[in-house]
Amino acid sequence: MLRIRRAEEAVAQMVEAGEALCPCHLYIGQEAIATGVCASLRPLDTVWGGHRSHGHYLAKGGSLEAMFAEILGKSTGCSGGRGGSMHLVAPEQGILGTVPIVAGTVPLAAGAAMAYKMRRDPHVAVAFFGDGTLEEGHVHEAMNLAALYRLPVIFICENNLYSSHLHWTERRVADNLDRAGDFHSIPSARVDGNDVEAVFHASSTAIDRARSGQGPSFLECRTFRWRGHVGASTDIDVGVQRRGELTEWLAKDPVARVEARLRALGLHEFDDLEIQSEIETALARARAAPLPSAGRLLHHVFAEASCAS
Amino acid sequence: MRILSYAQAIREAHAQILASDPRAFVIGQGLWSPWYAGQSLAGLDHEFSRDRILDSPVSENATTGLAVGAALAGMRPIVFHPRMDFMLLAVDPIVNQAANWCYLFQGRISVPLVIRAVINRGGEQGAQHSQALHATFMHVPGLKVVMPSTAYDAKGLLIAALEDPNPVLYIDDRALYAASDPVPEEMFRVPIGRAAIRRAGRDLTLIGISSMAAECVRAAALLAEDNIDAEVIDLRSLKPWDSEMVIESVRKTGHAIVADPGWRTAGASAEIAATISEQAFHDLKQPVARVTLPDCPAPTSRSEESAYYPGAEQIRAAARKTREAAA
Repeated sequence: MLRIRRAEEAVAQMVEAGEALCPCHLYIGQEAIATGVCASLRPLDTVWGGHRSHGHYLAKGGSLEAMFAEILGKSTGCSGGRGGSMHLVAPEQGILGTVPIVAGTVPLAAGAAMAYKMRRDPHVAVAFFGDGTLEEGHVHEAMNLAALYRLPVIFICENNLYSSHLHWTERRVADNLDRAGDFHSIPSARVDGNDVEAVFHASSTAIDRARSGQGPSFLECRTFRWRGHVGASTDIDVGVQRRGELTEWLAKDPVARVEARLRALGLHEFDDLEIQSEIETALARARAAPLPSAGRLLHHVFAEASCAS
Repeated sequence: MRILSYAQAIREAHAQILASDPRAFVIGQGLWSPWYAGQSLAGLDHEFSRDRILDSPVSENATTGLAVGAALAGMRPIVFHPRMDFMLLAVDPIVNQAANWCYLFQGRISVPLVIRAVINRGGEQGAQHSQALHATFMHVPGLKVVMPSTAYDAKGLLIAALEDPNPVLYIDDRALYAASDPVPEEMFRVPIGRAAIRRAGRDLTLIGISSMAAECVRAAALLAEDNIDAEVIDLRSLKPWDSEMVIESVRKTGHAIVADPGWRTAGASAEIAATISEQAFHDLKQPVARVTLPDCPAPTSRSEESAYYPGAEQIRAAARKTREAAA
């Protein structure tokens, strides 16, 4: 969790310094969700994300250096500089591609789950998405297909209360996202998304359920993003009235909470210095890497031979 | 060689793919019913089980997205849209996702997917059960588009599409389902991107797409009565398309007529005409002519429909006009 936090703070600095030019959507404040869910996943399980997926990528085992390089548009980036912050990939770690079209990967996650079911593989697929995603129709189509075919997929809704600049009360009439699966007979629950243990327990139940052939589950993880929709600021500067909420949620810092818990239990605490040092090394290598050459512009429009698994 | 209908050839390609590749499955609407797919999928659900032939809920977007995800996870899906019009609800997974994936992720992963869409030309189907939208999709980088007009190509292109590591939009037309020609029994591939010469000729080049390729063959027979010796090229693939064969033919004949089952403005015919102008301008004796749908939605009533859909006679007229202008 602290690794994701520090990595995102480093990205925020690169955005502020004008070093990172592509749109960066930061995960600060939501770290407990990716961490709690991915703790129960195996290497060949897949996670599917969106525009705000740095946390998912890192929690599932993506390379820090390849992510920084990608954000900087470098040829050593995980997508060779082709994708930027919103297009992360690490097939060996079960990240088959993140894309920023809202809800774009939710049916894809169901499709990966369909592949696992058909092959009788023991894997599961996890779809991470924000609360705004439930305003897209095909999420509901995908949930119906997942229920109908009993697919090993887990729908993780990270409800950070905002979709871009709009508060949920400007987009919905009821606070009932935890019931999103009911219509499709998908077990649904709400969990404190800033409590990594609560996320871990709820999601591991859902993951076990999927893995044992009992079909999909839906989890609403209630959280808050500290920074704005995109970039390093809080969005208060662009007129979004969220100062009161931000103050309230800063006090619910998921990283501080888990640190306090570890201390209370007398367990090993996060090693901030080690994490900082890893980040600095990764950043230095990403910065030193070359930009892609314009000569490869037309490469990979089509695959020459299949690189799918 | 035995004769198969176009619909039987599509069915046979499916059956051979499903028998030989355990990764293959079919998902979409109407797979268990002849109502949507005619004989082109008949009985496959019983032969290969309904676990591999999934007649889906009415969710074009999510079924297509599911097929994209399954392809990324190692399967070889065929997603079926019984009317191309319905496929418009699935543009995001086709255009934003499947077509972009390989490029976006620098070739680390690709989407080996067949998206099958059916045109339902004629028969009073109306504006939302008949559209030929191939031009919209050939515009998109990363997506291949094929449109067979014969039973032979219907089989060979489907097998080639399934084996291709990229998303391939396979467009067939119900108006062609009864067309019959010799089709080999074994699995074979028609290379994507290669056109076919249906009739060799010296006087002008007719370039046809899908059902209009069949109309070009008929038009060439009519033109022979007028002592005009037409060469007929069936494009078969729209993306990539065989500009080499077309240019070579136009260099020889000096005349080109493009017959497209789609609309005129920004249509496939416009791309072909522009390419001929770029590459064979000095060999042209007359401007490239086009026979297309008029720029209006499909009417339903047969009286208006007969004015809407051009056929061999319109191609013949366009060819004669071109020849007469050059004389």
